[in-house]
Amino acid sequence: MILIPCPHCGPRALAEFSFERPMETILPLDASTEAAVRRLYTRENPRGPSRELWRHAYGCRAWLNIQRDTATHAVLAVDLLDPPA
Amino acid sequence: MMRHSALGLLRGGFEGHKRWPRAWRAPEPRSAYDVIIVGGGGHGLATAYYLAKVHNIRNVAVVEKGWIGGGNVGRNTTIVRSNYRLPESQALLELSLKLWEGLSDELNYNVMFSQRGALMLGHSDADMTKLAERGDALRCNGIDAELLSRAEVGRLIPLLDLSPKARFPVQGGLIQRRGGTARHDAVAWGYARAADALGVDVIQNCEVTGLTVRGARITGVSTTRGDIAAGRVGLCATGGSSRLAAMAGMRLPIECHNLQAFVSEPVKPMIDTVIMSQSIHCYISQSDKGEIVLGGDPDYYPTYAQRGMSMRIEDVAAQAISLVPALSRLRLLRAWAGTTDMSFDGSPIIGPAPVEDLFINAGWCYGGFKATPGSGWLYADLLATGRPHPVIAPFSLGRFEQGATIDEAGVGPMPHHR
Repeated sequence: MILIPCPHCGPRALAEFSFERPMETILPLDASTEAAVRRLYTRENPRGPSRELWRHAYGCRAWLNIQRDTATHAVLAVDLLDPPA
Repeated sequence: MMRHSALGLLRGGFEGHKRWPRAWRAPEPRSAYDVIIVGGGGHGLATAYYLAKVHNIRNVAVVEKGWIGGGNVGRNTTIVRSNYRLPESQALLELSLKLWEGLSDELNYNVMFSQRGALMLGHSDADMTKLAERGDALRCNGIDAELLSRAEVGRLIPLLDLSPKARFPVQGGLIQRRGGTARHDAVAWGYARAADALGVDVIQNCEVTGLTVRGARITGVSTTRGDIAAGRVGLCATGGSSRLAAMAGMRLPIECHNLQAFVSEPVKPMIDTVIMSQSIHCYISQSDKGEIVLGGDPDYYPTYAQRGMSMRIEDVAAQAISLVPALSRLRLLRAWAGTTDMSFDGSPIIGPAPVEDLFINAGWCYGGFKATPGSGWLYADLLATGRPHPVIAPFSLGRFEQGATIDEAGVGPMPHHR
């Protein structure tokens, strides 16, 4: 089981989290059609470090920016999505 | 190649099975081939076989980074069926099922294809409506499908919990009697042996590290065992599709996820049908050795690790026990995972790539194994002619931006698991 250090709750099991999508696929509202198709329908799908949007769904419910290795399952960095200024 | 027969097997038994010859050669890669197939899984080996057999193109290499049969062809739950919902999927899988029906004879190798019936359970009125609709669609296209009542399901699988108090009450089911299971390793070995006998080089421990593109045309591949020139190159490596495509500057509509499977200790025959529940996503069958084979949901996050998360073992076991309570007495022996290519509509991608003479066969989601013979036959046709056969024409790489998706499960522009 992967252990994810939530910035609010500390280390918690993968079971509490839900993967949402790779960060590269988040679509700005004013994206061109070409960019929108690329982001909606393709993936870099990296084997190795990947930046992803996750949610601590069964914990504090925060949106998290997680850097994770898709080959080793190592969690490299966990940040809040929009840290307060 | 030594031809297998009943007499030969008997003789082999008396000789203590010590004198069987190698089933295929271990050739050094040559400097050039007419066609290179990247990936020695079921689909790649089947493609090589049909290229040699049907199209008489024998100067062919299958390059495999590990050993053949070590990827998804040996990591699935061995279920074979063609009872899909959409006509495009039906045409593809039915072509495959017809090839399965003669495969052991065709390859002179027993793939233990057993048409024991593949049953989808319905747990609610809505489920039964969907199953009836699917059955009608199948019969309209000449594919066998039979809607069963709860009592009929009970006669077929006496150990199923049919009580109204069951966690997932059974209302009925839809069976494809021609569906069943096959011995998955034998499929890889059978195709490798038959392709090798026709002159195909099956090259193991040979990882592709680059695709050589000159102008807008592919001219060969770089591998850990040297550069090899090729007239045409067919990518056929689920779990490696995105990385291979990136070597030619492409991004694919694919996200890689883990799919796990489990087997119990072997027991006497207790389930002689493939049981599937698509509402709770659980697959149960019994292998010829007597093990109960179980499958379920993927792990729901992108990974290449081929190592599943432990909580899925509990989920799948709980679902299986809720359907067949007698399974609670069994111990699980093994669990393993495979890296699946999840496409954005649940359907595979087979067709020409934007680079000339480069072709893609990827994105099989949950359903690659059952398609092995058909995928190989159609991909061989594509690699031989350069033009997509009418059956695979709808499965082009370009369908996503055209909005022409083949959305079997109605999932929209997300990888197939969500």
